[in-house]
Order: sequence, then structure tokens, then C-alpha cells
Amino acid sequence: MSRRVELTTSRRGVLGMALAGAAAAGLGAAPAQAAPVRSNARIVIIGAGAAGTAFANRLVQRLDGAQITLLDARAEHLYQPGLSLVAAGLKPAGYVVSRTADWLPRGVTLVAEQAAAIDPEAKTVTTSGGQRLDYDFLIVAPGLVLDHDAIEGFSLDLVGKDGLGALYAGPEYAVRTWQAASQFTEQGGVGIFSRPETEMKCAGAPLKHTFLIDDIASRRGAAGRYEAHYACPQPVLFSVPIVSEKVRMLFGERGIATHYGHTLKGIEPGRRIARFETSAPGADGEVVKSTVEMPYDYLHVIPPQRAPQVIRESGLSWTDKWTDQGWLECDMQTLRHLRYPEIFALGDIAGVPKGKTAASVKWQVPVVEDHLVAAIQGREGTAVYGGYTSCPLITRVGRAMLVEFDYDNNLLPSFPGVIAPLEELWISWLMKEVALKATYNAMLRGKA
Amino acid sequence: MQEMTLGTLIAVFEEMFGRGLFWGMVFAALLVTAAYLYVLVRDRAMSMHKFLWAQISMPFGAVAAVAFVLWITRSGLRDIGGPIDVIALLGVAAMGAVGIAVLVYTAQSLARPLVRRPKA
Repeated sequence: MSRRVELTTSRRGVLGMALAGAAAAGLGAAPAQAAPVRSNARIVIIGAGAAGTAFANRLVQRLDGAQITLLDARAEHLYQPGLSLVAAGLKPAGYVVSRTADWLPRGVTLVAEQAAAIDPEAKTVTTSGGQRLDYDFLIVAPGLVLDHDAIEGFSLDLVGKDGLGALYAGPEYAVRTWQAASQFTEQGGVGIFSRPETEMKCAGAPLKHTFLIDDIASRRGAAGRYEAHYACPQPVLFSVPIVSEKVRMLFGERGIATHYGHTLKGIEPGRRIARFETSAPGADGEVVKSTVEMPYDYLHVIPPQRAPQVIRESGLSWTDKWTDQGWLECDMQTLRHLRYPEIFALGDIAGVPKGKTAASVKWQVPVVEDHLVAAIQGREGTAVYGGYTSCPLITRVGRAMLVEFDYDNNLLPSFPGVIAPLEELWISWLMKEVALKATYNAMLRGKA
Repeated sequence: MQEMTLGTLIAVFEEMFGRGLFWGMVFAALLVTAAYLYVLVRDRAMSMHKFLWAQISMPFGAVAAVAFVLWITRSGLRDIGGPIDVIALLGVAAMGAVGIAVLVYTAQSLARPLVRRPKA
């Protein structure tokens, strides 16, 4: 016969514990929401990407009666931070694709056309279908364009064949990139990973692709039979010096060769030759340019990136910097156009030193919202964007470094003392793999 | 992260699992917890015999939870890189252990209610 020991419990004790648990969980601590601001302002948002969609959702919550029009011809919304995972065979193409219309709140008019012209003097936007939209405030968030034609001999039909990858071009090309990369990870040979000399979205992505393909190759058939080369036009691996040094050390550990001052100019797909323009300081201090050819078995192409034509033709771009790229002239801290105060930039198009990432968008959106609502109320906004950008820099399948920084190259860890920014951690990988898309989607809905 | 409120956290979890699955799991967890509290209040005692079985099941719950999380996130124990990783993994193991213990105890109590022997 078994011996039974009993501990007595009481209803009061159990209820007390349950209440204490609920209090500890922070229930009932809902944030206070400000009352909506009455306005009949006409607000046009160009682009329904991460920035345009998140902004529209927040604006609908903040304003009552405003006429908000969103302009974007693309029916598909792309979760671009997922492209690196698709191009490494870790997620299917569908992981990054959703429908633009599904993210939009009621009270916003979606015009499924592109912006064809902007007249900042007359305050009008003309659409590709010939509609004329007058605005009181204009949010410019069309993203950027990939200039594949700038790479001689390259075209998107080649991706996935003859060892060519180009993951930035979209989900279908990310899948084809993995087809080419996957072959490399089985058969080995020479892998070359490039990046452009222009500003680019997510400067960590070229590094992530290098790390991931190197890691997968080291565990598959190519183990011991491949070389990985990273070729970049810049003299550093990352714009933030402390991160650049860390990546340099990791590349050293993994045996990834680095070629600074190398700009991809052209390819010969048949012969599998990549042509780079190199620049190096000569004996007399002048920069000496030359051309080198490098054979490859796998080449990852990231083309130069520029503002869409409509922006470059609208007279809204900087005239004294990035003249070959055309980013929108705006204040670094408020993202407000320097000559047209009723125009704001959001996301990739902003002519600011850093911040072509979804994480930047998350921080930019509340700032522009603050200044726009303040302008409607006839006062000055106070919010400031300090250049925050975040990059869960994947260093292999299963590990990443959660790198966050600002305009001044300061590290801004979200979890100081808990998640070390320059340490390869599993928890940072979890954030990229599991939590990031969830956070992104919450941002799109204006909730984060 | 810019601001972390309960609302943000719930929104993130809803996106992570899908609204249906997330609230389904919350509901299941609440149901098991409620059933656990019910048997505690009903019996006005904890059966150490049932608790023993619950304790024996704990290591299995811990290992299963860790294995599930590693599988879902395509990683392995070799990816554990720093103290926070170890803490997170122990947290997952602890949740798995406690979760299965509560489940096992409650299931036993519901199946075989406590029989009080009259005091001699």
C-alpha cells in the first residue's frame, strides 16, 4: 500500500497566488492613447512598402477626418529582411510575400498606380494612369531601384544558372540564387561575394550571404574543396568601425579572403569570369585604378542602388551629394525636406548617411508622424531620429550578432548587459529567425 | 526595440504563431492552469504520490521543450554562444519541466480523485 503525503491548500491561498501572478505579468498596464487630432488635410504617401504601410496605419490612428491616399502599383508586399534566409535555402519564397492590400487600414485610399511625376511647387502628384493628386503633405517612400544594367554582361535571366546569384532582386530570384549557391556548397570551387559602391539597403546582407553560404559549404559536400572571397569597393567591411573589425576577425577565422577596393563592373557568364575595377593608393598617394578578372564558380551580384526615376526628375534630390544616386534631400533628424517643409522622406529614399533598413523605418515613422501632426496643429514637432539602424548579422546557421548603431557609429544595444552586440549568439539568431518578422508585421500594422 | 509594452508583445506573439494558434495556446495553458487550480481547491491538498510522478516527468518535459525549440529554429547545441544563450535554453527547459509537471499532476488528479481515509 502506498504512503500518501498531503499538503493542504486553501481557496484563498490559491486565489491570492493567481492575483499576484497576474499583477507580476503586468496586466492592466495598457499604454494611454492620445485622442485623435481633427484634420481635413490631404496626405499622399508614395509607396506601400514597409515605410508607407506602417506610416498609413499610424496616421489613421492619429488623425480623424484626414484624406490619406497611398500610391503603389505593386500588389505584393515583400518582407525583404527574409530574402537572405530564402537565398540560403532556409525559408521558402512564400515566406517573404504577402498582399499589399491586406496590411492597409480602413480609411486609406489605395491607388494601384505608380507616381509618374511630382510637382513640389504646385503640390501635386501625377500617377502613371494620369490621375492628378493634390496634397497638403507628401510622404515620399517609394524605396529604391536596383541598377542591374550597370553590371556589364549581367541580366536577371541568368540568376540561378552558371553559378550566378542575386538575392536582392526579389523572392523568385532569391530562390534561384539558392539553386546556384546550393550547387556551390555541394561541389566547391571559388565563391565570390560582392557589394556595390553606392549606398545600399541593409549593408549587412552581403556579409550575411557570405557567412551563410560559407557555413553551409563547410558542412556539405564542398567541405575542404572551396574558397570564399569577399570583394567590396570600400576600404572596410562595414561602415561602423567596431563592427567592421569584428567581421574582419570572423572572416579571418573562417578563412574568407577579403578584397578591398574591388567594384564589380561586369561578368562573362559563359567563361565564369567577373571583372572588377580596383582602386589602390599608388606610390605618390594618388589612387591608381586598374581592372582585374577573377574566375568564379559562384558569384553573388548586388548591383548599384539608386532613387527611382520619378524622384530624380522631381527636383527633390540632393544636388551636391549622391548625385549619381538621387536620394531625397532632407534633414537628418526630422527627415523633412530642406526646401519643401510639407514633404517628408521615409525609408530607403531618405538622403541620410545610414538607415536603409526596416529597423530604421520603425524608428523613422514615429518621428515623421510627430512632425506632421505638429504641423497640422500649427506647432513644431520635437521627435528626433538619431540614425538608429539594426542588423541581426547572421554569422552562420544558428548564430548571429545583434548589431544596432546610429549616425555617429555608436552601438545602441537594445538589451545592454544581456545581449552583447559583438558576440555571436544563438539568441540573436532566434530574433532573426523567429521574432523579426513578427515585429516587422506588428510595425506594418502601426503597433510597434 | 523602441518601446516594449504588453500590447507590443502580444502583437509580436500573434504574428509569430498566427492569431488563432497563439490564442489557442494561451487558452490551452489557461485551461490546464484552471484545471490544476480546480483540483487543488477541490482536494484541499497536494498528493505527494501524484506529485512524485509529476516530478519524474519533469526531465522529459525539459528535454522535449529544448529539442522542440532547437528543431523549430534550425539550430543545435553547438550554436550556444554566450551566457544569455545558456540562460535562455535553461528557461525553455524550465518551462517545459514545469508545464509537463502541472499537466501530469492535473491529469492524474482528474482521472483518479484523491481518496481521503477517515482519521483513526
